[in-house]
Amino acid sequence: MAKELIKGNTAVAEAALRAGLEAYFGYPITPQSELLEHLSGRMPELGRPFVQAESELGAINMVYGAACTGKRVMTSSSSPGVSLMMEGLSYIAGTEVPMVLVDVVRGGPGLGNIAPAQGDYNQIVHGGGHGDYRIIVLAPSSVQEAVDLTALAFDLADKYRAITCIMLDGSIGQMMEPAEIPPMQPLKTDIPDWAVRGARDGEKRLLTSINLDPPAQEAMNLRLMTRWQAIERNEVRYKGYYLDDADFVVVGFGTAGRISLSAVRAAREKGLKVGLLRPITVAPFPNTVLDELTEKVEGFLVVEMNAGQMLEDVRLMVRGRKPVEFFGRMGGVVPFPDEVLTEIERLVKGPRTTDGHPRDRWLARLAETIG
Amino acid sequence: MQQEVIIAGFGGQGVLFAGQLLAYAGMDEGKEVTWIPSYGPEMRGGTANCTVVISDEEIGSPFVKNPAAVIAMNLPSLDKYEHLVREGGTLVVNLSIVDRQVTRDDIQVVNIPANEIAEAIGSKRAVNMVMIGALLGNMDLLSLEALEAALEEHLPERHQKFLDANKEALRRGAAYQPGEPVKA
Repeated sequence: MAKELIKGNTAVAEAALRAGLEAYFGYPITPQSELLEHLSGRMPELGRPFVQAESELGAINMVYGAACTGKRVMTSSSSPGVSLMMEGLSYIAGTEVPMVLVDVVRGGPGLGNIAPAQGDYNQIVHGGGHGDYRIIVLAPSSVQEAVDLTALAFDLADKYRAITCIMLDGSIGQMMEPAEIPPMQPLKTDIPDWAVRGARDGEKRLLTSINLDPPAQEAMNLRLMTRWQAIERNEVRYKGYYLDDADFVVVGFGTAGRISLSAVRAAREKGLKVGLLRPITVAPFPNTVLDELTEKVEGFLVVEMNAGQMLEDVRLMVRGRKPVEFFGRMGGVVPFPDEVLTEIERLVKGPRTTDGHPRDRWLARLAETIG
Repeated sequence: MQQEVIIAGFGGQGVLFAGQLLAYAGMDEGKEVTWIPSYGPEMRGGTANCTVVISDEEIGSPFVKNPAAVIAMNLPSLDKYEHLVREGGTLVVNLSIVDRQVTRDDIQVVNIPANEIAEAIGSKRAVNMVMIGALLGNMDLLSLEALEAALEEHLPERHQKFLDANKEALRRGAAYQPGEPVKA
């Protein structure tokens, strides 16, 4: 297969189609729209349903219905649109049906802007919808990785009857990179026995998220949480760079991760022993490797395009054993590598502390820069 | 080895396609490339720019503060990017519609009357190709042959009739000597 130069949004759309996407429902929003646009042409060509719904609420509830048939279904949006889908996502989680969500994150809160951001981390990783459910969240940092994770997203959703989210940011959606898109896969034929397909002559099945009997609902919650424990054991993915001899480690996902890679390389050129841990699954979070690194290294720098949302997951695993510092830009502002390098040098030079909260120190510095 | 180019100008000057062409040529030569546009509302009629990174290894940041080269298609682009070109880098300026001199003396400046050159070959819209040609003629980035091959491969079907004019524009840009009069 030859590589082609392709936009992230288009690449994810084509990769989903080739992974056996059988029905798509969505609503346009920048910086995600090329994804929907691509599928609006390709799905009908293949005789597969594509619906531009009347709103994000319509789209997610159409996904809910289609997911109940056991077919591969997907929707995509960007931050404010995904916020609108939260009720539907909770219902889908509560019904234990698989689906893939693509969130091309933009600057917020509110209507915000269409620039790249990572402010949806908490919304996607730690909740959004009501109730105890978790979403598998994949955070690619390049177009090729977005393609590869798209096929994986469908497999994981099917395997765990779970929602899998591919969380991009606007820049990965909009950038072009060479990528190899895998060949067309045949449509799924092994329809799971829980699916509702029309009960003609068959046994009656019911898929719903309502359960008026609390003990029964508790048993269902237990099943969801036990399944999540299996996901935590089996599905953690990350990429390490220059970690073998690192005294300090930068932690960043997606675009913040690859920007940090440039900064880490520049630090290495200056003789600083710095590595990078780039979580590919941010849920489940790569806790084990972070725990091991905490024993080995002298400190961490977390870099995000938000106000430190993944930072709390890092702090939870480091547990005050080593200093953790934070650097972020918010609201659609993207950090340049030299800003991250400055923070790396600050961490290496010290003084370092495990007291206080890294966000407070970062905010004080940021207020001087942009205030 | 990594090199970065920012191409900036008015919407409609072919800024985004010029960047894509560099990325295609880099990719076809087996290099890692990224192309990222400014995709904001400014795309509609205002200034447009894109950043292209060409590298031998996995590319970190697709955003670059101090690029190795800038192509400034108009005055606002020159004003925005002149001070950001990396020391020792290359700045290509469209002299046809920029009425001021570059003030920096620590970079290589290529002033080229790109509009006149494009008009001289009867292809007003090939200004972007003249500018790209001028960059390649003054910077060890990609070969002219690689760009011409990328044009043949990736110029949209509906524009294939402009292929020869685009190639000519590339060559004229690459061969242009500062100060030389524009020949028809």
